[in-house]
Amino acid sequence: MTKILEKVDLSENVVKMVLDAPAIARKRRAGQFVVLKIDEKGERIPLTTVDADPEKGTLTIIFQVVGKTTAKLAAMKAGDELMDLQGPLGRPTHIEGVKNAVCVGGGVGVGVVYPIAAALKKQGAKVTSIIGARCKDLLILEDETRSISDNLIVTTDDGSYGVHGFVSDALKNVIESGEKIDEVFAIGPVPMMKAVAAVTKNYGIKTTVSLNSIMVDATGMCGACRVAVGGETKFACVDGPEFDGHAVDFDLLASRLRMYMTQEKESMDKYRCECHGK
Amino acid sequence: MNAMENKEKKEKLPRHKMPEQDPKVRIHNYNEVPFGYSEETAMKEASRCLQCKKPACRTGCPVGVDIPAFVKLIAEGKFIEAAWKLKEDSALPAVCGRVCPQEDQCEKFCIVGKKDEPVAIGRLERFAADYERNKGEVKIPELAPKNGKKVAVVGAGPAGLTVAGDLIKLGYDVTIYEALHKPGGVLVYGIPEFRLPKSIVEAEVNYLEKLGVKIITNAVIGRLHTIDELFAEGYDAVFLGVGAGSPVFMGIPGENLSGIYSANEYLTRSNLMKAYLFPEYDTPIVRGKNVAVIGGGNVAMDSVRTALRLGAENAYIIYRRSEVELPARAEEVHHAKEEGVQFKLLTNPVEYIGDENGWVKGIKCVQMELGEPDESGRRRPIEKKGSEFVIEVDTVVVSVGTNANPIIPMTTPGLETNKWGYIVAKDESGLTSREAVYAGGDIVTGSATVILAMGAGKKAAAAIHEYLSKK
Ligand SMILES: Cc1cc2nc3c(=O)[nH]c(=O)nc-3n(C[C@H](O)[C@H](O)[C@H](O)COP(=O)(O)OP(=O)(O)OC[C@H]3O[C@@H](n4cnc5c(N)ncnc54)[C@H](O)[C@@H]3O)c2cc1C
Ligand SMILES: Cc1cc2nc3c(=O)[nH]c(=O)nc-3n(C[C@H](O)[C@H](O)[C@H](O)COP(=O)(O)OP(=O)(O)OC[C@H]3O[C@@H](n4cnc5c(N)ncnc54)[C@H](O)[C@@H]3O)c2cc1C
Ligand code: SF4
Ligand code: SF4
Ligand code: FES
Ligand SMILES: [Mg+2]
Repeated sequence: MTKILEKVDLSENVVKMVLDAPAIARKRRAGQFVVLKIDEKGERIPLTTVDADPEKGTLTIIFQVVGKTTAKLAAMKAGDELMDLQGPLGRPTHIEGVKNAVCVGGGVGVGVVYPIAAALKKQGAKVTSIIGARCKDLLILEDETRSISDNLIVTTDDGSYGVHGFVSDALKNVIESGEKIDEVFAIGPVPMMKAVAAVTKNYGIKTTVSLNSIMVDATGMCGACRVAVGGETKFACVDGPEFDGHAVDFDLLASRLRMYMTQEKESMDKYRCECHGK
Repeated sequence: MNAMENKEKKEKLPRHKMPEQDPKVRIHNYNEVPFGYSEETAMKEASRCLQCKKPACRTGCPVGVDIPAFVKLIAEGKFIEAAWKLKEDSALPAVCGRVCPQEDQCEKFCIVGKKDEPVAIGRLERFAADYERNKGEVKIPELAPKNGKKVAVVGAGPAGLTVAGDLIKLGYDVTIYEALHKPGGVLVYGIPEFRLPKSIVEAEVNYLEKLGVKIITNAVIGRLHTIDELFAEGYDAVFLGVGAGSPVFMGIPGENLSGIYSANEYLTRSNLMKAYLFPEYDTPIVRGKNVAVIGGGNVAMDSVRTALRLGAENAYIIYRRSEVELPARAEEVHHAKEEGVQFKLLTNPVEYIGDENGWVKGIKCVQMELGEPDESGRRRPIEKKGSEFVIEVDTVVVSVGTNANPIIPMTTPGLETNKWGYIVAKDESGLTSREAVYAGGDIVTGSATVILAMGAGKKAAAAIHEYLSKK
C-alpha cells in the first residue's frame, strides 16, 4: 500500500500528488516512470516520476484526468492509499554531455519534461524551456519551470496567455534566432511531438521524445507498449520510454493509442453513473 | 492370491475418466473444465497401481515424487496422508496434478500403460492435494531453527517459490522480490483460470507466507534494487527465477497493427488483470469476433480457448506444421477441438493487412508442406509457391515463443548469458558466473514446464544450502 501524502489541483483537470514511496524515491532518476494500480479491480497505468525527495522518501506525480482510472485517482485525497505502486521503470534520460538544451512540453507533458529540464540545469547546462497548453487555465508548472530555466517561453493554442500558437512554432523561432542547441527534449501529445520532430529534423538537431504507448506490466513481458523506431520494433517500457524523435513512427503510436477507445468510454460512462448514483 | 493373479485382476479396471464441464456450457464461463475425481473414483483408480518394486513412473518425474507410496495411501482412503507424502517431493502438487504433461513424464513410464492406459497419476495427485486444501488441514512442517543467513529470491514463479519453500524450512531468512503485483509467475498471469484456478496458486503462496517467507511485490530487480545492492543490503545469496517472459514476434509486415497481441499480453490482461470481467474490472481487452492465434503450443491453446470464452465466433489456430507436430499437449488440443476451435494447419502467416484505422482485418497466409527433418527431428515446413490466401480476422494473438527478459543481465555486471540472453548456469546447481548468484527455471532453460522449473529450484536450494553452510 502506498499513502497519498498531498494532493494539489494544478488546473481544472491536472492533479499533482505526493506519494509516500521511500524505496522508489531513493532510486528514481529523471525520465523514469512508475505503474500504479488503485485497488483490486483497478488497471495498471504508467505515470512519470516528476520529482522525488530521497530524504523524505516522497515521490511526485502529475496527471491529467482523461478516463476512468485518472478520474478515480483524482477523486482520492491525502491520507488515502493506493494498492500497488511499481517502479522506477524505464531507462533514465540520457543527459550526459548536453550543454545547451531546449525542453519542450505540451499539456500534461510539461510535468514530464520538467524533471529533465531540472536535471539538465543541475548538471550546468543552459536550458531554454518552451511550455504550452490549449488555454491559460490548462497551463501547469509555469513558476517551477521558470525557476530552472535560463529562458522560458509560454504558448497557448488560443492566445489566452503567452505567445499565441503552438510550441513547435515557438521552437522554430528559437532555432531561427541562432540559439546554439545540442539537443531538444520534447514531451507532450503525439501530434505535438511529431510536429517538434519535424521542425528539428530540418535543422539536424538531435531530438529526444518520450513515448506514452499503452502499457500493462511495464517489465518487458507483454509487448503492449511496442513502438516502431527506425523501422525496428521496440518495447517502450524497457527500451525507452525515450527515443530518437526523428526515427519514431508517430502515426503508428497514435493509432495504437486508440485501440481501446470504445471500452475506455464504456468504462468512464459507467464510472460517472456510479459516482452520480451516490 | 499370488502377485501374478493380482496383476491380472487389476489391469482389467479401465482408467477412470474425470467428469468435465460440457464444452457448450464451458465456453461461456471461466470455471475449471474438469471437476476432479470423487473419493470413490480416486480409490478405484489408485487401486489400478501395481505398487511396483522398481517404479518406472518415478523415473519419469523430474522431482521424483514417490508415486506408489502416495497412490497406495489414496487406495487405502488415507487422503490427507497421501497429500503429505506428495509434499515431501513437490511443493505444488495441486498445480502439477493439473498442468504437468504427465503423458510425457510419470505416466509415460507407468507399467500399466504398456498394455492398457496408465494409472492416472496426475489426476490422483490433484485429488489428494485438493482434498487437503479443501479440508483446511494443511500441515505446517517442522522448520529448522533460524540460522541468521539471508537469501533473496528474484521472481515468484514456480522456480522461485520452490527455492523459498525449501530454504525457509532449512532455517534461512527468505525474501522473494516479485516484479508484478501478484506472486505466482506464469501460474497467475499466463495459465487461464479454466485450467488452473487462481485460488490454488494463492493458497500455495499463503502457505509459504505462513512458513515465514517474505514476499515483496511490485519490485523489479535491476531497477528498484540491483543484484549488487541486494548483497550490499546483507543478503548472503541470490536466486534468479525470473522466467522467460519476453514475447517473440515474427517480424512480418503489419505486426504492430491494432488488434494484434502477444499471447503474454492477451493472457495477462485476461488472467492477471481479469479483463474478462471488464467493465467490472478496469482493464480492457478486445473481444474479437474472428480471432486467429498463431502457433501450436500450450500457450496458443490457452489463448485460443480464452478467445472463445471472450465471445469469438470463429477462433483459429494457425500452425505451420501438421497435427502430429503440434507441440501442445494432446489433452489441450482435444479440449480446444471440443470447444469448436478451427485448426488451420500447414499454414503460415506472411503479412497482416490493416484497415483505414490501422486495425488488423486480414492475415495473408501461405500453405506449407513438410520437407526433410531439421535439427529438432521435426519435418521442416516449406512454402508452397503461389498458395497465398487471406483469412479475415479482427484480432490476432501471436504465440510463437518467448525470449529472456533483458533487465537483470543488463544491470548485473559479470553475469554470463548465452547468445539468446538466457542466464548460463555452470551445472545442475544453478550457480551462475557470479559468486553466490544462482539461477533456475525458464531463465536458464528457455520456456519449459512448471515441474522442471520446480526441479531446478530444488537443486538450487540444496546448492545454496551447501554453499552457505560452508561459509
Ligand atoms: C511512460 C508513460 C508515462 C506517462 N506519464 C504520464 C504522466 O506523467 N501524466 C499523465 O497524465 N499521463 C501520463 N501517461 C499517460 C497515462 O498513463 C494515461 O493517460 C492513463 O493511463 C489513462 O488512463 P485512464 O483510465 O484515466 O484513461 P482511459 O480512458 O483508459 O485512456 C485514455 C487514453 O490514455 C491512453 N491509455 C489508456 N490506458 C493506458 C495504459 N495502460 N498505459 C498507457 N496509456 C494508456 C490511451 O491512449 C487512451 O486512449 C504516461 C504514459 C506512459 C506510457
Ligand atoms: C500460457 C502458458 C501456459 C503454460 N502451460 C503449461 C502447462 O500446462 N504445463 C507446464 O508444465 N508448463 C506450462 N507453461 C510453462 C510454465 O508455466 C513455465 O515453464 C514456468 O512457469 C517457469 O517457471 P519460472 O519460475 O522459471 O518462471 P515464471 O513462471 O515465468 O516466473 C517468473 C517470475 O519472475 C518475475 N520477474 C521477472 N523479472 C523480474 C525482475 N527483474 N524482478 C523481479 N521479478 C521478476 C515475473 O514477473 C514472474 O512472476 C505454460 C506457460 C505459459 C506462458
Ligand atoms: S509432479 Fe508431475 S511428473 Fe511428477 S508425479 Fe506429479 S504429475 Fe507426474
Ligand atoms: S509404474 Fe504405474 S503401476 Fe508401477 S508404481 Fe508406478 S504408477 Fe504404479
Ligand atoms: S508494457 Fe508490457 S512489455 Fe512493455
Ligand atoms: Mg483506463
